[in-house]
Amino acid sequence: MTSGQATPAGAAQPPALTIDALGKKCPIPIIMLAAQINDVPRNGIVAVLADDPAAVTDIPAWCRLKSHHHVGSHELPERGWAIHVRRNY
Amino acid sequence: MAYFDAASTEPLHPQAREALIAALDVGWADPARLYGSARRARMLLEQARTEVAEALGVRADEVSFTSSGTQAVHLGVLGTLRGRHRAGRRLVTSAVEHSCVLHAAGIHERDGGSVETVGVGITGAVDPAVFGEAVRAEGTALACLQSANHEVGTLQPVAEVAAACAEAGVPLLVDAAQTAGRMPLPPGWSVLAASAHKWGGPAGVGVLVVRKGTRWRTPLPEDDRERRRVPGFENVPEIVAAAAALRATVAESVMESARLSALVDRVRTEVPRLVPDVEVIGDPIVRAPHIVTFSCLYVEGEALLTELDKAGFSVSSGSSCTASTLRPSHVLEAMGVLTHGNVRVSLPRGTSATDVDRFLTFLPDAVRRIREEAGVKL
Repeated sequence: MTSGQATPAGAAQPPALTIDALGKKCPIPIIMLAAQINDVPRNGIVAVLADDPAAVTDIPAWCRLKSHHHVGSHELPERGWAIHVRRNY
Repeated sequence: MAYFDAASTEPLHPQAREALIAALDVGWADPARLYGSARRARMLLEQARTEVAEALGVRADEVSFTSSGTQAVHLGVLGTLRGRHRAGRRLVTSAVEHSCVLHAAGIHERDGGSVETVGVGITGAVDPAVFGEAVRAEGTALACLQSANHEVGTLQPVAEVAAACAEAGVPLLVDAAQTAGRMPLPPGWSVLAASAHKWGGPAGVGVLVVRKGTRWRTPLPEDDRERRRVPGFENVPEIVAAAAALRATVAESVMESARLSALVDRVRTEVPRLVPDVEVIGDPIVRAPHIVTFSCLYVEGEALLTELDKAGFSVSSGSSCTASTLRPSHVLEAMGVLTHGNVRVSLPRGTSATDVDRFLTFLPDAVRRIREEAGVKL
């Protein structure tokens, strides 16, 4: 469930914003991401913490539809994933 | 009321209903016995077998009736693996097969076999070159590929994959549940599974076809029924009804599949025009005639299904919140498309353009309401 399509820039870049969507079912994590993506500067990273397995598919799919960049997803030590998104515009 | 869930089950065809009622009266006896009523039941059973064989373009002695499409897949997969155990213990399948294929593969793995799962692109189709590569690997006993995907309708490149399988000397099992009766079968397969209630027959009848020359050994305790392929007393009346439905559906399919396909095109074009932030998924052209699936961003699948049900539309969804497992559909996951807000519309025979238009009128408001209630600003 971990996809590491890390880009050189994205891998090193710390998130400018972390959205805690743990315990929330899809589509709520995606609704939260869509509402807050513009709170980071262009090229900034948003990390979404989610434990609904649907988020692992749906956040990259949202990035594709909205022309943002899915930097990568990493499993969290306790439960869930940190899904990193770069604001493209 | 508009029933748009033909991919789950097609309503009973009127000719199947008629055949079923007649066969209940004359086809109830044990077809394995020798007296008059038994001979009548046997004759009905063999007549049904001949009709199904003709509709599928195979020989009657290659056709066995099972108790479901799922059982046909289980017997097809496990029986062919068993028959081919000397060739190897490797099973190749796609990531988007029906769960009954994946469950059979799970048993094979538990018993020490190996399973290679070939991924799909964003339309849900396997790449035949990649699939062929997987089939050519040493020790491959069987390959499995669906004719069309049950959730998104995309047709798989079965003919190309079958050619690769033939070259490698590996039998190909095709799960034709979504297309049997609706469109011609692709050529080149060795084993085929289908389900009568998907083509307008009754529930409780599946079809397993094992082509001549394909090694197959039953994975179940044997008896004398169905040429030792399927144990247990045959359900002759329902098999008769299944054959009647298949014959009728095949005869109607040239016109009806084209008509339904045009309605699907209409849904594919109109939904993104009428509803913002929607993705229509699956191949727009290389697809089954009756299935269209789309996902609405920021919408909970269950909420949308409930709204549609209240308005009399029966549709299905691959979203996790509608599944007992609380996991999103493995098909949508493998395609990498939105799994939430997912709606599958699959049109049964006779679907009217008026019902499709009513759906297209109702859907945009339903989606807007659900988004508003969730506080989504677009």
